[in-house]
Amino acid sequence: MPSLGADMDAGTVTRWLVAAGDTVHRGDLVAEVETDKSTIEVEIFQDGVVDELVVPEGRRVPVGTTLARVIAPGEVRPGPRRRTRGGTPSPARRTHRTRAERSAPGTERTLSPVVRRLAAARGIDLGGLAGTGPGGTVTRADVERAASHDGDGRHRRTRSSPLARRRASELGVDLRAVHGTGPAGAITEADVRQLAAAAPPAAAAPRAQPPSIPAVPPEAPETATPAPAEPTPTPVRPDAGRQATLRKAIGSLMSRSQREIPHYYLSTTVDVTAASLWLERANADRPVTTRLVLAALLLKATARAARRVPEMNGFYVDGEFRPSPAVHVGVAVSLRTGGVLAPAVHDVDTLAVEGVMAQLQEVVDRARHGALRSSEMSDPTITVTNLGDLGVEAVFGVIYPPQVALVGFGRVTERPVALAGMLGVHPCLTVTLSADHRVSDGRRGARFLAEIDRVLQRPEEL
Amino acid sequence: MNDDQARETVLRVLHQVAPEADLGTVPSDETLQEALDLDSLDFLNFVVGLHHATGLEIPERDYPQLSTLEGCVGYVARGGSPAPTAGKAGAAWTSR
Repeated sequence: MPSLGADMDAGTVTRWLVAAGDTVHRGDLVAEVETDKSTIEVEIFQDGVVDELVVPEGRRVPVGTTLARVIAPGEVRPGPRRRTRGGTPSPARRTHRTRAERSAPGTERTLSPVVRRLAAARGIDLGGLAGTGPGGTVTRADVERAASHDGDGRHRRTRSSPLARRRASELGVDLRAVHGTGPAGAITEADVRQLAAAAPPAAAAPRAQPPSIPAVPPEAPETATPAPAEPTPTPVRPDAGRQATLRKAIGSLMSRSQREIPHYYLSTTVDVTAASLWLERANADRPVTTRLVLAALLLKATARAARRVPEMNGFYVDGEFRPSPAVHVGVAVSLRTGGVLAPAVHDVDTLAVEGVMAQLQEVVDRARHGALRSSEMSDPTITVTNLGDLGVEAVFGVIYPPQVALVGFGRVTERPVALAGMLGVHPCLTVTLSADHRVSDGRRGARFLAEIDRVLQRPEEL
Repeated sequence: MNDDQARETVLRVLHQVAPEADLGTVPSDETLQEALDLDSLDFLNFVVGLHHATGLEIPERDYPQLSTLEGCVGYVARGGSPAPTAGKAGAAWTSR
């Protein structure tokens, strides 16, 4: 059972998506796991053949429990004696290692910036790539190969999100008929809906299923949520018990944060005239389906700053800070029925703004529909809250342990700005930082916020 | 599209964006973003939904016309052309 967040100590396998004898590849979804917070789709992190499903559907087991055994290619089925508890990790154990764990120093595969950028451009998930370079390093050639396999390789199915696949099956849409508009032509849930809506007879019927639309109302995990005051029961999350367990899980994680992390808080006001103008121009040339929102720029700016000030990006574990080489930005998503989840948008520092935007929409949508993936739950390296729209001017958040920083963006408001002796009225927003004093101090925090400001003044460089 | 069809379309798309909201109680002149707690991603999804339902391109400069329920209905009913009083006179004046 993988740890899908610092606050998780047990989970229930609600559904196996594979069976004994199935061949699996890194990145495949293998099971659905129900935690106190959400239903998560668990990805596998090795190639191989499923030997045995150890934990049956419906059983709640502690984190660390072996869920399944997987035989790696070329590996002989291990005899019982080799399955000692303290010994080398069994294949199944490795199976459930999360991206976060793999990102820990020492175990991180070296990824050159070139490789990352190439992978981002081609829409290749590096987590699902086997490296052929020295020490298992992923090389350019590996990425190119993965990209070219997209078209023909059988195991590389049409790139599509789980949500898109689910929606397609609900709406009776054949994925092969869908034109993908996501990164590298991946089929997004919106593409599926679009096709379903275009086909008149299919469009009317399945409306019973609430169409899924994302949103990112902002709020710090600890602040009172003004938004979903009257949670009308929605078909999305019928079990009222989930809300109670989610609230409890948030409470215990935030209590732990306040107990363990010596927070310090900083804030600054950023003029977003340049960013707004850049967005306006970028969107003028775009069809409505690929337009960007300011939130995507804010995530990019945060990730850039995190690269410059690494003390904000990583985990505090076992009494020491472990900076993360990658920047996975957790996005606080408030559920309309109450509660907050903060799943990760991956590799925000290296992805283009368009890629960040697509991931953001996707992740928010999945968070709302209880279909997040294990990597998204377990590996944010820094979190962003309050994506700006619901009214508050500033938000001072509580850090998600074991992360060490949380960035809050307030509402964009027009404010008087004195510039070169002149007074003007500019769109501005307040950026705040909550950071861990065990890892950094105010000087570095100030540098971090200044970096966000600097980046937002040059949006064309994002 | 007549007003009734336009209203039906707008409400249907809104329901997709905010499934839990009681659309019957949305004041016709309050901004949708406030009335329904829509954030920028929600609003973009609303615009995308309208685009899919009507085929209108809906450039960003038209967003202000979509701020209220009545504004949306009028916009869709007119097929996206500017409100009769606003655009034309101004355009004629500047082109002279």
